[in-house]
Amino acid sequence: MKVKVLYFAGLREQLGTPGEDLDVPPTTVAGLRSQLMARGGAWQSALAQGKALRVAVNQEMAQPTTPVNPGDEIAFFPPVTGG
Amino acid sequence: MPVRIQTGDFDAGAEIAALRRNDPKVGAVASFIGTCRDANDGDAVSTMTLEHYPGMTEKALEKIVDEAKKRWKVMEVLVVHRVGELKPTDQIVLVVVTGAHRGEAFAACEFIMDYLKTRAPFWKKEQTPQGARWVEARASDGEAAQRWEPPKSSAA
Repeated sequence: MKVKVLYFAGLREQLGTPGEDLDVPPTTVAGLRSQLMARGGAWQSALAQGKALRVAVNQEMAQPTTPVNPGDEIAFFPPVTGG
Repeated sequence: MPVRIQTGDFDAGAEIAALRRNDPKVGAVASFIGTCRDANDGDAVSTMTLEHYPGMTEKALEKIVDEAKKRWKVMEVLVVHRVGELKPTDQIVLVVVTGAHRGEAFAACEFIMDYLKTRAPFWKKEQTPQGARWVEARASDGEAAQRWEPPKSSAA
């Protein structure tokens, strides 16, 4: 299934891309994160468990167990610092 | 629209006047302006760049405003947040709340800022003499937002 993945702020810089369209099997937020980490290198270190990362699915804050469905927009980013 | 993201500056006086609209039922106007400092964590800051997640930012802020309107008896709410490059002394964010009485307006304004700091997808990058760095989220911001959480209902 096709999904859109976005990366913001420091994470975008570490990964060297603002986002990408992916074709993945049905999964969850945690599953998608693991698949991305499996690329190794910066992907493995920047997305490693223990890194303080937030995830949004379709622009709503999500949990590791949140399902990822066809056409979803999944965004990974560091804790927010606005205001 | 109670929520605006923009690169340009804002005129707090004009925004407040527009929100009040000379409504004689308004008895309190609470506002907050966040501004850019010239130092952070012991280092000089020459410029700050604010990045956001277009689409989600607006949704997240609207949700916070809706929540504030549910919790307190307020009339109008405005949130303006700037993005892009800012310099020390520049205005970053404006929150204005109108209501009949000050208590509800003050509380709603503070709640909106505390939730904005922890839930709206903005990120600050500072330029310092040591180079550029992303600002890290502060535990104190998380604690400030936490105190608005409803008390856990006891199972007894």
